[in-house]
Amino acid sequence: MAALLGRSCRKLGFLSSGHGARRTVSTETGKSLNLYAAINQALHIALDSDPRSYVFGEDVGFGGVFRCTTGLAERFGKNRVFNTPLCEQGIVGFGIGLAAMGNRAIVEIQFADYIYPAFDQIVNEAAKFRYRSGNQFNCGGLTIRAPYGAVGHGGHYHSQSPEAFFCHVPGIKVVIPRSPREAKGLLLSCIRDPNPVVFFEPKWLYRQAVEEVPEHDYTIPLSEAEVIREGNDITLVGWGAQLTIMEQACLEAEKEGISCELIDLKTLLPWDKETVEASVKKTGRLLISHEAPITGGFGAEISATILERCFLKLEAPVSRVCGLDTPFPLVFEPFYMPTKNKILDAIKTTVNY
Amino acid sequence: MALSRLSSRSNGIARPFSAAFNRFISTDTTPITIETSLPFTAHLCDPPSRSVESSSQELLDFFRTMALMRRMEIAADSLYKAKLIRGFCHLYDGQEAVAIGMEAAITKKDAIITAYRDHCIFLGRGGSLHEVFSELMGRQAGCSKGKGGSMHFYKKDSSFYGGHGIVGAQVPLGCGVAFAQKYNKEEAVTFALYGDGAANQGQLFEALNISALWDLPAILVCENNHYGMGTAEWRAAKSPSYYKRGDYVPGLKVDGMDAFAVKQACKFAKDHALEKGPIILEMDTYRYHGHSMSDPGSTYRTRDEISGVRQERDPIERIKKLVLSHDLATEKELKDMEKEIRKEVDDAIAKAKDCPMPEPSELFTNVYVKGFGTESFGPDRKEVKAALP
Repeated sequence: MAALLGRSCRKLGFLSSGHGARRTVSTETGKSLNLYAAINQALHIALDSDPRSYVFGEDVGFGGVFRCTTGLAERFGKNRVFNTPLCEQGIVGFGIGLAAMGNRAIVEIQFADYIYPAFDQIVNEAAKFRYRSGNQFNCGGLTIRAPYGAVGHGGHYHSQSPEAFFCHVPGIKVVIPRSPREAKGLLLSCIRDPNPVVFFEPKWLYRQAVEEVPEHDYTIPLSEAEVIREGNDITLVGWGAQLTIMEQACLEAEKEGISCELIDLKTLLPWDKETVEASVKKTGRLLISHEAPITGGFGAEISATILERCFLKLEAPVSRVCGLDTPFPLVFEPFYMPTKNKILDAIKTTVNY
Repeated sequence: MALSRLSSRSNGIARPFSAAFNRFISTDTTPITIETSLPFTAHLCDPPSRSVESSSQELLDFFRTMALMRRMEIAADSLYKAKLIRGFCHLYDGQEAVAIGMEAAITKKDAIITAYRDHCIFLGRGGSLHEVFSELMGRQAGCSKGKGGSMHFYKKDSSFYGGHGIVGAQVPLGCGVAFAQKYNKEEAVTFALYGDGAANQGQLFEALNISALWDLPAILVCENNHYGMGTAEWRAAKSPSYYKRGDYVPGLKVDGMDAFAVKQACKFAKDHALEKGPIILEMDTYRYHGHSMSDPGSTYRTRDEISGVRQERDPIERIKKLVLSHDLATEKELKDMEKEIRKEVDDAIAKAKDCPMPEPSELFTNVYVKGFGTESFGPDRKEVKAALP
């Protein structure tokens, strides 16, 4: 059924180097890891390199519901890796306080769908702390990690993509990795970045994405987008798990003679406008795709900015292939999702405009 | 009298289950007094008596409905493993006494609102097995038209406000319902159920303060099954005496595995709430399954503990012993009842399996009020563009 198709699409192997892709991280080989293992490695390194860093959240002690925090409590002790009661607002507020005292607080919110009780703390406290205290205080050591996105059967409260809400808040950063190798480098950058960061991890990829991940300590710079596939006819912009789907659409489009350029935004706030602008000036067309509902999604911001910067170079309206404007459905997930075929159709419509 | 009815039943003539059952207990309303297993522990109030007024009809009814709930949950377990139920499924077996005792003490005008472990509460509120299994499998005939799933059962005509996924979010809602009941002078109360994990949510205390301030007929019921997912209560709460956490709000600790204790406590709470305002009930209960179907339930507690509770405190066994000791039925009759229940559940599942999935157009319905005319877009504003009905 449609549900099975949706899942098998995600199962394809991950973006491999080649195809003229430009990599910003060394291509030295490492161990083959999946996403949760890569994030686990990043956390081990983070806690190892800074004795004043802490990991806490619901159920992180035994390894977490997605195994991202395995082994941390055993290695670094229960004083640095500990469970909290079930209270997101309290957890994030607590993290802000800890960070304000110069510590690195790495907070885990069990699912991004549960982050809303903490929304006030993030928006009103974390984002504005440095600003309103005239730089006397800051909570730059705060990193909030949350699994986000569809997983095939998550339903209303285990599949949401809330990145757009956070991209609207000056003072924090929003980062979303696309693969294990990216996740490790980006997470280490986020933890060491002197600003509060919200790091969304695509939960679908925790087990599905497997990649060679270098074992040493490395970071990937924030606010730098990456062109992971070069092309001339249309620019596609996305982040997280959606990039796998977009890449499949690019491959299909190539068979029909359309050359697609695919960009991974990585950091959504502040986002790398220059890279996207340069690409659109080359191709003249833009398509943005994300799982979150289309109205008010982050694609709207990208579209508006590119329009301002590249208006005369555009050959077609900016296309957005996103989730529908409904709550994330239960049985209807295959219809809701921005699938490969929807993206392919949009590519063709845009190119033939 | 019971014997003569029995012999006519064993004729071997197929009879609809309900008819046979009614015949069994139809006129037996002899009052029976039952002592609760434990005394109640009270906080800021006088505990109710341990002697509970009941009747033979009620006793058999308890057995029957609890066995039905138990069977339903076990069947849901198998359906989930067969991938007919997808998503998340949180089972209530072990905790049936809370659902049944509460129903026995209240009317359908009193409201109940709970979290995601809601299948049995829905059944207690008058929901049918067909609606349950259809909703679990995402079919049209489900109580939420297949759009809610396991965590979102609702029944408006029985004042059952669901079925909520976000932990603790249902408690302020429940207090709001209580406010409406008081405002409309309905002489009804609201039971807002939550778990020991949710007891640490800030919004609970906000709702409690408001309810106490305005004397709302809200009864906060903590279904303490001692584990918030995988976290034991003593690791999450400084004070696991949840019935005392209301501080200025009275509380009662109840043996949640004893349906009669639950009934007595809920009756007491309803009278209290209507007269004086909010009260907290802590139901000391236990779930045999893990937190959800993805949780084996054995990594944070020992199998001995689970089987220990099953042997010593199982709610259905307790009722069974009472039924047998009061000579209301024989072992064989109860076994037959269980067999008929099993068949009833199997029939409901078969019927639900035949039910169609919701129409794809249902994806867009009920986002807003009907006829509001909002548009929903898909890619390029061309392929999928639906005016929300």
